[in-house]
Amino acid sequence: MITATATEKETKNYLNAEHGLKSWLLTQDHKRIAILYLIAVSVFFMVGGLMAVLIRLELATPAGDLLDSNTYNKVFTMHGVVMIFFFLIPSIPAILGNFLLPLMIGAKDLAFPRINLLSWYVYMLGGLFGVFVLITGGVDTGWTFYTPFSTTYSNGYVVMTAMAAFINGFSSILTGLNFIVTVHRMRAPGLTWFRLPLFVWAHYATSVIMILGTPVIAVTLFLLMLERGLHIGFFDPAYGGDPVLFQHLFWFYSHPAVYIMILPSMGVVSEVISTFCSKKPFGYTFIAFSSLAIAVFGFLVWGHHLYVSSQSAYAGMVFSILSYIVAIPSAVKVFNWAATMYKGNVRLETPMLYALGFIGLFTIGGLTGLFLAAMGLDVHLTDTYFVVAHFHYVMVGGAVMGYLAGLHFWWPKMFGRMYPQAWSKIAAGLTFVGFNLTFFPQFILGYLGMPRRYHVYPPEFQVFNVLSSAGASILGLGFLIPGIYFFWSLKNGEPAGPNPWGATGLEWQTASPPPTENFPITPVVTAEAYDYTEILSANAKEVTHVG
Amino acid sequence: MASESAAVASHNAHAHPGYGEVRHHFESYEQQKDASTIGMWVFLLTEIMFFGGMFMAYFVYRQWYPTAFASASLKTNLWLGAFNTTVLICSSLTMAMAVHSASLGKRLLLVGFLIATLVLGGAFLGVKAYEYHDKWEHHEIPGEHFECEGCADAGHTPLFFALYFGMTGLHASHMIIGFGILVVLIWQAYKGKFSAKWYTPIELFGLYWHFVDVVWIFLFPLLYLIDRSGQGGLH
Repeated sequence: MITATATEKETKNYLNAEHGLKSWLLTQDHKRIAILYLIAVSVFFMVGGLMAVLIRLELATPAGDLLDSNTYNKVFTMHGVVMIFFFLIPSIPAILGNFLLPLMIGAKDLAFPRINLLSWYVYMLGGLFGVFVLITGGVDTGWTFYTPFSTTYSNGYVVMTAMAAFINGFSSILTGLNFIVTVHRMRAPGLTWFRLPLFVWAHYATSVIMILGTPVIAVTLFLLMLERGLHIGFFDPAYGGDPVLFQHLFWFYSHPAVYIMILPSMGVVSEVISTFCSKKPFGYTFIAFSSLAIAVFGFLVWGHHLYVSSQSAYAGMVFSILSYIVAIPSAVKVFNWAATMYKGNVRLETPMLYALGFIGLFTIGGLTGLFLAAMGLDVHLTDTYFVVAHFHYVMVGGAVMGYLAGLHFWWPKMFGRMYPQAWSKIAAGLTFVGFNLTFFPQFILGYLGMPRRYHVYPPEFQVFNVLSSAGASILGLGFLIPGIYFFWSLKNGEPAGPNPWGATGLEWQTASPPPTENFPITPVVTAEAYDYTEILSANAKEVTHVG
Repeated sequence: MASESAAVASHNAHAHPGYGEVRHHFESYEQQKDASTIGMWVFLLTEIMFFGGMFMAYFVYRQWYPTAFASASLKTNLWLGAFNTTVLICSSLTMAMAVHSASLGKRLLLVGFLIATLVLGGAFLGVKAYEYHDKWEHHEIPGEHFECEGCADAGHTPLFFALYFGMTGLHASHMIIGFGILVVLIWQAYKGKFSAKWYTPIELFGLYWHFVDVVWIFLFPLLYLIDRSGQGGLH
C-alpha cells in the first residue's frame, strides 16, 4: 500500500485495494468487515421480514387459515429471534459503528482488527445454527425461551436455537470490547472526550451494555441448554428450582438489550440532525451523558417485565419508578434534538426525513413504554398487542428508522456514490406511513384485549388487523425500494465527493470511499466537534461568487 | 497482541528493536500495550458477569434451601478441595514469578515457571476429574439415578449438585482453555519470542490465570465449606 505512487493512491480505496473473495474473508480492515456485516445482517433482515409477512398474512383473517397453530408459533419465534439477535443488535454497531468509529476518531483501525474479524465469524457461526433450526423445523418458545415450557414441553429445537443466540452473544461482546478499547486508546491527538462526535458517545454507552449484559444472557442460555439437554434442573420446580429466576436472568440482559438497539440509533440521529441544521447539537454534554445514563439505568429496570410473574408488589413498585427514571435521559435527547432544529436552517434531505421519523415514532414508543411501566395498567395490557405495538415503535420506528437514516447518511461515504434523491424520499415517506398504519392499530387492538401470539381471534378485531396487514405491505415496499436503489447506486450513482452533506467530523475529511489506512496522515484535532463556521462561510462565498 | 501478520506491519516506519512489533494501526508501542491491557481487563469484566449469573442462582437457592445445601455440601471431598485450592494458589504464585522472570528477560526461568504453572494446573484438573468420577460412582449427578444418601431435605439437593457441576464445570473449562494457551506460551517463550521489553502476552495471560484462580477462591468456600462445623447451614 505504502509503495503505491501518488497518482495511484488517489484512486485506491478500501474497496479496490485488494481483489478476490479471500481478500474479503480474511480482511482485517474495519471498513471491509463492516461490509461483510452489512451483507450478512441484510440477509437476516430479509429472513426475519419474510416471517413477518407470514404473520401479517395469517392475521388478515380471524380464522387460522394459512398456518396451523404450531407453525404460527414457530414463525413468530423465528421472527423474534432473527430480528433481535441477528438484525437489531448488530445492525448499527457492527455495520455503521465498525465502519465509522475509527474514521470519526482519526484512527487507522479498531484496536483489535483480528478480534473484529473473529466477531464476524462468530456471528456467522451463530447464524448457521439459526439457519439450521429454521430449515429443520423451527422452535416454538417465543424469543424469550421461558421455562418450564422451553426446558420441558416444547417440541422444537430449543438447544440449537439457544446455542445460536449464545454464540451470537460472543460476537457482540467482542464488538463491544473492541469499541471500548478503541475509544479509550485510539483517539487522534487533540481529540478529547468532549470533542468526540455524539455517535461515538452513543456507541461507547452501547458497548458498556454489550460487555456487562451479554455474558449474563450467555450463562442463562447455558443453564437452559444444560437443563433441557441433560435434565439437570436449575429452573425446574420439581427440585425447588424457580422458573421466575430464569425470567430475572433473561431480562437482566434482554431489557438492556433494548438500549443496545436504540442507543446507536440515537447516535445516528444526533449526527444527522446537527448536519442538516448546520448547528452544533443543543446541549452536547447532556446528550453525551444521557447515553451513559441510559446505559446505567437500563440495567435497573428489568423487573417491569415481571409484574405478573409472581414478583412482589414492592419490587414491582421499585422497578416501576426506575423505569420512569430511564425515560428522563431519553426525553433529554428528544428535547435537545428539537432545540437543535429550533430556528435552524433545516434541510429535508433523505437522512433527515428518517431522523425526523425516528423522533416522532420513538416518542410514541417511549411514552407508551411509560404506560406499560405503570403496574396497574400493565396488568391489563400484559401480553396484548399493546406491548407488541409499543416495542415495534421503539425497535422498528426507533432502531430501524435510525439505521436507515444512518445508512442513507453514510452510504456516500461508504461507497462513494449517491443514491437517487427522489426515490429515497419516496421510500422514507412510505416507510413512515406504512409503519404507522401497521402498528398504530395494534395499540387499539391491545387496549381492546387482543392477546399476542395467537393466530385466531374474534371477528370484531378484524378491521384493525386488516389495517395492520395493509400497512405492513406498504412498510415492506418502503424497505424494498432502498434495497434496490442502494444496489443500483453502487455502479450508477453520482460520485459523492468527500463531504456531500456539508457535515463536520473527521470521517468527512477523507476521501469517499476512504483509503485503506483511512487518513494519509493522522489528523490533529484542534476544535470542538460540530464547528460549522468553516462550512457555512465556504457556502456563503460560493453564493456570492454565483451572485 | 502478538501478531503473525508481519507483512501488514512491515511498512511501518516505527520499528522498536526488542519490542516485538507495533502493528500498523498503532502509533507507538505504548499505545499498543495499553490497548491490549485495557482489552484484557474489559474481557475479565465480561467474565465476572458470565460467572455472575450462576452465583446469583446459587445465592437465591441457598437462601431458600439452607438445609439441603448444607447437607449436600458435606458430600464434597473437603481434603481434595483444600488440596486443589492450595495447588491453584501455588500456580498463581508460579505464574506471577513467570511474569517477573519475563520482565527481567530471563528466558529459561520464564519457561521454568510457565511449566510449573502448567503442571500445577494439570494437577488441579486431574484431581477435579477424580472428584467428578467419585460423584458419578455415588450417583450424585442430578438426573434419573440421582440419590443423596443421608441428606436432609434431599428433594432439593439436586439443585446444589446442578450448581456444583455447573460452576466447577465452567471454572474447569476456563482452566482447560488456560492450559492450552500455556502450552503455546511455553513454546513461544522457549523459542525466545519474549524479551524484557516485550512480554505482553505473558502479562495478559497472567491476569487471566489469576482471575480463574480467584473464581475458585470463591467457589471453594461456597461449595465445600457450607456446614463443616455441623451447625446446619446458615444458622
